[in-house]
Amino acid sequence: MSTPGEAETTYGRWPDDDRLKGQRRRDAQSAAARGLRRGRDQVTGLADLVERGIGGRRGGGDGERAMVPEATFTSYYGRPVVKPSPWKADIPAYFFLGGVAAGSSLLGAGADLTDRPALRRASRLGALAGISLSMAALVHDLGRPSRFLNMQRVVRPTSPMSVGTWVLSLYGPLAGLAAMAELGGLLPHALRGPARLLATTGRPAGIGAALVAPVVASYTAVLLSDTATPTWHDAHRHLPFLFVGSAAAASGGLAMITSPVGQAGPARRMAVGGALLEFAVDQRMEAAMGLTAEPLHQGKAGTYLQIAKVLNTIGVAGAVLLGRRSRTASVISGAALVAGSACTRFGIFEAGQQSARDPKYTVVPQRERLNRGEGTHG
Amino acid sequence: MSNRLFGPLDPAPDAGWEDPPARKGFLTDTSICIGCKACEVACKEWNAIPEDGLSLLGSSYDNTGSLGASTWRHVAFIEQPTGATRSGASVDLGMPSVGLRDAGAGTGATAGTGATAVPEASPERADFRWLMSSDVCKHCTHAACLDVCPTGSLFRTEFGTVVVQDDICNGCGYCVPACPFGVIERRTDDAGRADGSGAPAKVKKAERVPEKRVRDKNVGIAQKCTLCYDRLEAGNTPACAQACPTQSIQFGDVDELRERAHARMEQLHAQGVPEARLYGADPEDGIGGAGAMFLLLDEPEVYGLPPDPVVTTRDLPAMWKKAGFAALALLGGAAASFIGGRS
Repeated sequence: MSTPGEAETTYGRWPDDDRLKGQRRRDAQSAAARGLRRGRDQVTGLADLVERGIGGRRGGGDGERAMVPEATFTSYYGRPVVKPSPWKADIPAYFFLGGVAAGSSLLGAGADLTDRPALRRASRLGALAGISLSMAALVHDLGRPSRFLNMQRVVRPTSPMSVGTWVLSLYGPLAGLAAMAELGGLLPHALRGPARLLATTGRPAGIGAALVAPVVASYTAVLLSDTATPTWHDAHRHLPFLFVGSAAAASGGLAMITSPVGQAGPARRMAVGGALLEFAVDQRMEAAMGLTAEPLHQGKAGTYLQIAKVLNTIGVAGAVLLGRRSRTASVISGAALVAGSACTRFGIFEAGQQSARDPKYTVVPQRERLNRGEGTHG
Repeated sequence: MSNRLFGPLDPAPDAGWEDPPARKGFLTDTSICIGCKACEVACKEWNAIPEDGLSLLGSSYDNTGSLGASTWRHVAFIEQPTGATRSGASVDLGMPSVGLRDAGAGTGATAGTGATAVPEASPERADFRWLMSSDVCKHCTHAACLDVCPTGSLFRTEFGTVVVQDDICNGCGYCVPACPFGVIERRTDDAGRADGSGAPAKVKKAERVPEKRVRDKNVGIAQKCTLCYDRLEAGNTPACAQACPTQSIQFGDVDELRERAHARMEQLHAQGVPEARLYGADPEDGIGGAGAMFLLLDEPEVYGLPPDPVVTTRDLPAMWKKAGFAALALLGGAAASFIGGRS
């Protein structure tokens, strides 16, 4: 429990977007508890490091020792320096579904060119479903959904969201047209003319969609990295590769579910390749990031990413060992890869949110930069 | 052209203004701030910003918390032990207290640090100082919020400041994580919703509707300090600077304020305040210099400011390049999936 004296003098943590009083009171209590813990670490393990910016009195000191000294830094009552994005589950869902759509368009075009009609149909329809749901999630996330079209007032290369809007405006209709070609056959006899027209536009539209699709899959990484959110920004050299790997795994996995095994060979190879790329990039990314890789292993983010690794492993093993032989195994491993991709997106998203809520990830790397005499100069 | 994403720059001409007035900004001299919060009140009043929480935060006299959608000036209060006692031991302010304060606070700290123990009730008030600082949007030369805005709602004014057009913003929220200072925020309604979709909570009677309307103005939209764009256009001083009784908040041309800031820092150094330092006053820094600069008496992070902020768009060309390579890798990988196998 927090007493007024302790709460004001130890580290606290305040969700900046939360102005509800009840929530604040609960936070005050847990923050005070955390603060006491940190206070102890400080006085027992890091005698020469001085902490300022907090009131003065520090609680605790019951002799408990920290095994690993925490990075010591100063903050204003433990409050975040940068703000976490106001985005909810819509945004990682949007990344995931956009990735599914992009990979599916690539598979659809490949299937079309290599005469795999079942894979082509499943992939084109998957792409349309993915991009439609993805756009719905994006619009739903806006503070003013009715003003969605305001994003088409400007073209702004410095805004990945603006670039993305235009890329999707190009990609969406192409993917839609390719999917419509599959539905042309379902039209009644009287509409044979339009059906034939749809069928002939299917291939060029599908190839067009496949050429734009890789950008749909990779730009979302720039969208996250082009922020002051420590974990997202520090991942900027690797995140695009992680995201295209995740997109390949998800779309390949989806096609393994929806296509017969005889035609799903490319889908399996794409899914396995994507998942392996994800594994490899993740290693390098975390090695390059340093302190800000920490949130990838903590809290909700850590759970998501751990589950993603397990699911991807199951999916890859299933696809490689049994994917060619058993439809059931193909569906199960495909589903594991789809779910794994979703978990990756949610994990990366949450890791960034967590890194923004803790001032440590903003202050410590910057302070260390200054202490090394490497302060930023233009 | 060369410094459009990073480095020194005069922002208004870069944004396309022809023959703009001199760049305007603030100098907040925290050495003479008395923590009266007149700036917070004046800002709220002038800009008709809704109330956003009246709770006690347990952080000295700061019950405002931080800058946000409905807080465009925020006075930070830091009660700071100074000198030898600052690490662990504390100064008793004679405040009423509850609980286990004396159980181990003083002794535990001194056992670890080896610092001279200061008794709990010691009247050494000279070893204590207040830090107070009125924080505000920095109106960066390279403003990440503006650069990432996909609607053009955020724009650069002729005064070199950064302002949200609330009738354009669609509430995408991108500016919020982009800001390296955590200034801009999307406004929520009473229930914490951003989309304004919730049924109006308690308001039913017709006479209460106007109050509700003010309260829910611009819900779902990103909001921050405008440097009183309306007052500037009328040749007036921004509300906070006008209300500041000690001239801790000074308004003027950025070039002149920068000179004044350096002069003041040197004056303080000469008077035996070596800890005085400038923040945001260097056009060579990570944001190309701030329009709102500060004279601080401790490290920036003590006040909740990032010690070495860098505009995220500095790395944007590298990011697009990597994304391009990744896209090519995906295209190549997909092609290989079709060429490679048997089935």
